[in-house]
Amino acid sequence: MKLNKFVGLLVIGLVLTIAASGCRKKPVNTTLLPGSRAGRVADDSMGGLKDGDRLDLGANAFGKTGEGIAFGAAGEHQGWLEDAQTLKTETVYFDFDSSAIRSSERPKVSAVADYLKANAAKAVRVEGNCDERGTEEYNRALGERRALAVREELVRLGIAPTRVDTISYGKDKPLDPGHNESAWRVNRRDDFIVLTAPGQ
Amino acid sequence: MKRTLFLSLLSTLLATTAAFPQETLPPITGYFEPGNTKPVWVAVSGLTGEAASTLQFDLYVQGFAFTNAESAQYLITGSNNGNLEARATDPHNKNTLVAKAYSGASLRRQVHAFADDFVQALGRKGIAQTKIAFKAESRPHSEVYIADFDGHNAQAVTKDGSMVAAPCWVPGHMALYYVSYKFNHTDIFYHDLSSGARRAFARFGGSNMSPAASPGGSQVAMILSKDGWTDLYVGSASGGEPKRLTRSAQDESSPCWSPDAKWICFAAKERERRSLCKVSPAGGALQPLGTSGMPSPTEPDWSPDGQWIAFTTQYRSGFQICVVPANGGTAVALVEGEDPSWAPNSRTLAFCRRRGGGNYVLSLLDVPTKQVKDVSRVSGISSQSQPSWAK
Repeated sequence: MKLNKFVGLLVIGLVLTIAASGCRKKPVNTTLLPGSRAGRVADDSMGGLKDGDRLDLGANAFGKTGEGIAFGAAGEHQGWLEDAQTLKTETVYFDFDSSAIRSSERPKVSAVADYLKANAAKAVRVEGNCDERGTEEYNRALGERRALAVREELVRLGIAPTRVDTISYGKDKPLDPGHNESAWRVNRRDDFIVLTAPGQ
Repeated sequence: MKRTLFLSLLSTLLATTAAFPQETLPPITGYFEPGNTKPVWVAVSGLTGEAASTLQFDLYVQGFAFTNAESAQYLITGSNNGNLEARATDPHNKNTLVAKAYSGASLRRQVHAFADDFVQALGRKGIAQTKIAFKAESRPHSEVYIADFDGHNAQAVTKDGSMVAAPCWVPGHMALYYVSYKFNHTDIFYHDLSSGARRAFARFGGSNMSPAASPGGSQVAMILSKDGWTDLYVGSASGGEPKRLTRSAQDESSPCWSPDAKWICFAAKERERRSLCKVSPAGGALQPLGTSGMPSPTEPDWSPDGQWIAFTTQYRSGFQICVVPANGGTAVALVEGEDPSWAPNSRTLAFCRRRGGGNYVLSLLDVPTKQVKDVSRVSGISSQSQPSWAK
């Protein structure tokens, strides 16, 4: 009955088995079922997380481990203004199931690096996306690898890693909702969102 | 007086249990031949309307099929005038397996309770009163929902107007982990369903993805990119620095746990080849898991009895749900679909299937018999995917 413990459906102590022998012809016993317990909707007022909260989850300082380029704490650019237009033309496209930056796409990454050099107070969020072929969490990881690949290239071009955030939408944010190669081609992409500190 | 009543109830309970001695039950065998096992034939009479259809659904997704009284292995008779009263018998040896009346809750619940009593009398684990969690999407937003295993009584447990991914029940707890995009960042939240309180569990720089709670709930496996690559990590449920288990610029996704918590199985790419691998949560070498050459295996899920690993394989034409013995052996492709999650009975899977417009529907698959039924859909939601079965 472990099954019922967590679902909270059947409290075994409440299961009432009533003797029927002698009272009724049929040997039927009655099981009284308590009502089903609903799940509570997220209530962030109850010691939850507020927008802008930083979480101290231990030392995850920049450059500590790994051969990849490590991140600083999350929330560094929380609340910064978002601008999806300025670098719209620099969207980087990828081959199927690949996070390698095609040589034809490298000039776009250079243009983003130049923009960040000219606007030293700004940061950028690289948003990785996938086409619909592939399973959901596989694509979420693939989208992140696409964003990380461009981040590595930006760092190689001289941008501080703390100025480059990444996010992956997997296949959840297609640019073209179609189900053919021309849609898939534009959906395998990294978009650039310029981030500006409030009041700047 | 009260005490006497209690004692008499207790003795009745004991007597009822004793009335069905264990020796008369079929042996409990965890092993079956996936997709190649005959259903158990039952004949149902006396039930009408929703009671009849609910019972048929409950039994069909656990490997039963329906026939007339003459050719049935078990007979179920009952009535549902108001409350449910039902009896299951074995006509061959005249054994009564269940004879009960139910009251309280809803008629659906009473039928689910009878379905559980019936399969438990056959030596199996009932699943008809369990819950599933899933991602419910109406682009551009998605929310986490929970529902009865058949999709009824669905309710949103997030209302953030943002995006979510990969809900995962904490075994033995009324709680979930899931990925939230609420803060324009992929964070892993822990959500206590009893109180509604939630907190950010993993909010490192980069992406925090694919949480998987360990069988006891004390650890969480997840995919993080905080060190610059998407790698597999395991952390304590109480927080602190997670331990890095892989170190590769390649794919890692969808971790799951063995029921003894000794292994984390996940989708990997080793030497340019996609495969399923397992690794000890304490760290160490990756061990590839044979999947008989099934192409691009992802989304593994380890059965609660430890015998099977279900996963998704990707052909050029689409996706198939597969199972492979956890200790190695032949993988079997069963039906079209993705992202399997085992039921507590280690034979039924929840999974999703693609329909028009890139939308998913949730379905249940009885692995031994390959019987499939879609669960009830939530109105106003265009896509339901990423099921996690409460265990």
